[in-house]
Amino acid sequence: MLEIKNLHASVEGKEILKGINLTINPGEVHAIMGPNGSGKSTLASVLAGREEFEVTEGSVTYKGIDLLELAPEERAREGVFLAFQYPVEIPGVTTTNFLKTAVNQVRESRGEKPLDAVSFLKLMKEKMKLVDINQSLLSRSLNEGFSGGEKKRNEIFQMAMLEPALSILDETDSGLDIDALKIVADGVNTLKTKETATIVVTHYQRLLNYIVPDFVHVLLNGRIVKSGTKALALELEDKGYDWIKEETAAV
Amino acid sequence: MSKDDQILEEFTSKEYEHGWSVDFEADEAPLGINEDIVRFISTKKEEPEWLLEWRLKAYRRWTEMTEPTWPNVKYPAINYQGIRYYSAPKQKKNPKNLSEVDPELLKTFERLGISLQEQKRLTGVAVDAVIDSVSVATTFKETLSELGIIFCSFSEAVKEHPDLVKKYLGSVVPYNDNYFAALNSAVFSDGSFCYIPKGVRCPMELSTYFRINAANTGQFERTLIVAEEASYVSYLEGCTAPQRDENQLHAAVVEIFAAKDAEVKYSTVQNWYPGDRNGKGGIYNFVTKRGICDGDNSKISWTQVETGSAVTWKYPSCILKGDNSSGEFYSVAVTNNHQQADTGTKMIHIGKNTRSRIVSKGISAGKSQNSYRGQVHILKRAENARNFSQCDSLLMGDQCGAHTFPYIDVENNSAQVEHEATTSKIGEDQIFYCQQRGIDEESAVALIVNGFAKEVMNKLPMEFAVEAQKLLALTLEGSVG
Ligand SMILES: Nc1ncnc2c1ncn2[C@@H]1O[C@H](COP(=O)(O)OP(=O)(O)O)[C@@H](O)[C@H]1O
Ligand SMILES: [Mg+2]
Repeated sequence: MLEIKNLHASVEGKEILKGINLTINPGEVHAIMGPNGSGKSTLASVLAGREEFEVTEGSVTYKGIDLLELAPEERAREGVFLAFQYPVEIPGVTTTNFLKTAVNQVRESRGEKPLDAVSFLKLMKEKMKLVDINQSLLSRSLNEGFSGGEKKRNEIFQMAMLEPALSILDETDSGLDIDALKIVADGVNTLKTKETATIVVTHYQRLLNYIVPDFVHVLLNGRIVKSGTKALALELEDKGYDWIKEETAAV
Repeated sequence: MSKDDQILEEFTSKEYEHGWSVDFEADEAPLGINEDIVRFISTKKEEPEWLLEWRLKAYRRWTEMTEPTWPNVKYPAINYQGIRYYSAPKQKKNPKNLSEVDPELLKTFERLGISLQEQKRLTGVAVDAVIDSVSVATTFKETLSELGIIFCSFSEAVKEHPDLVKKYLGSVVPYNDNYFAALNSAVFSDGSFCYIPKGVRCPMELSTYFRINAANTGQFERTLIVAEEASYVSYLEGCTAPQRDENQLHAAVVEIFAAKDAEVKYSTVQNWYPGDRNGKGGIYNFVTKRGICDGDNSKISWTQVETGSAVTWKYPSCILKGDNSSGEFYSVAVTNNHQQADTGTKMIHIGKNTRSRIVSKGISAGKSQNSYRGQVHILKRAENARNFSQCDSLLMGDQCGAHTFPYIDVENNSAQVEHEATTSKIGEDQIFYCQQRGIDEESAVALIVNGFAKEVMNKLPMEFAVEAQKLLALTLEGSVG
């Protein structure tokens, strides 16, 4: 589904991603771990099409198309979803209104008719259950004055509404207490199918107890320096990143 | 000349060919202004002597006044002798079908979501009613008159209800109030008159659409609204103008009188032609709007969405004379390209326990300049007066400007005056967040901007809200990226 080859990206002339290679097949869950500043969010942003990051080398193929050629909204309409590490506030725009615009623009791009108010509400009600979010939150300005946990839950709610093929969750676990973490993980697991793939970016292996990855990659200084199974995540939790740093330095 | 202008030119000149130029010329004043022109207008309108005298007083005063220079706007000097001050309607010649109507206009209306019927009505106005500045056809006149409500054109009011007009004309905005109000008083051609009798709640929104159509013609309309004791009315004003390369002057006056316990809501969606991308053409919109809360417990509320005009100079104000009276001003002003807006309000607190609330949202894009100018004056007598002002500015790009000029004058210690102001930039991260959910850039901007302006948009009557939202988006089209 996704093939990243030798991806280099810079911001303000500074190289952040220094040759990423990664292949993801439908149905798989990949975890990306790594210390702060290693480039995890940058990778997520580049995949989503954020303009301030300049791709200087390499390629990204998604469902057989050149992803880097597409505008951010086109990627979204093709099924790429990013749950932001820092969800953005939009004053005066309710989550409901925001999602209605989003869902209908996505539908339009696929040649489908826009949902009328009743069908949209029905869809919302159904998805709200999935992440245990309540109506009053959705009637407030998007992310404005939301707690950290509410913001993250709202991201997963949006994911549920948009039913993406490739979801990238950027530190969705941070700011969540254990109950909220379980709810969010349950939601992600319910949305998972044989056709969808998930990239889980996280700091801690805690989330991976609930969203079980098929592969774990360690991102260090803009490169994937180690890949493995869930066991690698446990080892990282145990020993931290220093041993990997030393290992790669020695090579 | 652009293609659109060409089509428009062709369309209008074609009408000239069709044989009614003789009548037409007889009904047009020559260019320029002098006492004879003022007399000409008054005669054409078959006005009583007192009104002619009033116009002449205004004209004489105007010749002694100078154009104000304090607004934060720049424009070349206006040649007042190059303007035509009176132009009668073209004889009825409606476009036979939609294909005869300027396609650019049609497109705009389509995008505004106004139904086909509505389109016909509006373009109809443009062709047969606007050239002369005559008020649009008044509907529901009979339903209204059963309640004693008078809603008609200003000319008609002068003929049918001269005592009312005489009593209230100039009572809120005197003929010598300011340069443009004086000019308007001398040469106003028409407008609307509205009278709500004691105890009557007007059951429907009263609305007027203004359009400037003819070249070289100034538009000077006058609106007078009188709300008697314990009455209520909600009034809507909309305006548009075709694209023209030269600037055109629009200097209107609106007066509102609210008696004891009366309430008047006045909403405007202003969409005069703003000029092209490079700042060529567009309307100079120099308007005086003022209401007086004359009686105790009365209320006047101004809501405006200003998206058009090359230069705007406009301060809808409230004189809070009655005790416990209140005034509100809700405004969204959007400027793009080379537009300049200097707009705001004045709240003059005279009575006891008077309240005022100001919510101003300025949105600037392109190379535009957007200024809020507001005055809150609490007079000595105004025991326990309260004012709250909120002025927010949203900037798009780094070539535009937002300015805030609040003037606060407090002569009574019991007053409470609060002023809050914020300036923010429309964030790339906000736009990207929307795009990541599948929303294209233009819709993202529209969404963010409408969110920013929501508090004001919510004050608009339903009929206008949707149109206004789309206008905001249209005005800002192409202003990002
Ligand atoms: N917009 C930006 N401008 C400049 N530097 C940036 C920007 N975004 C990220 N960086 C830098 O890129 C590096 C990687 O950041 P990031 O991808 O956020 O790391 P992670 O998500 O792994 O913590 C950091 O050194 C960070 O300071
Ligand atoms: Mg990060």
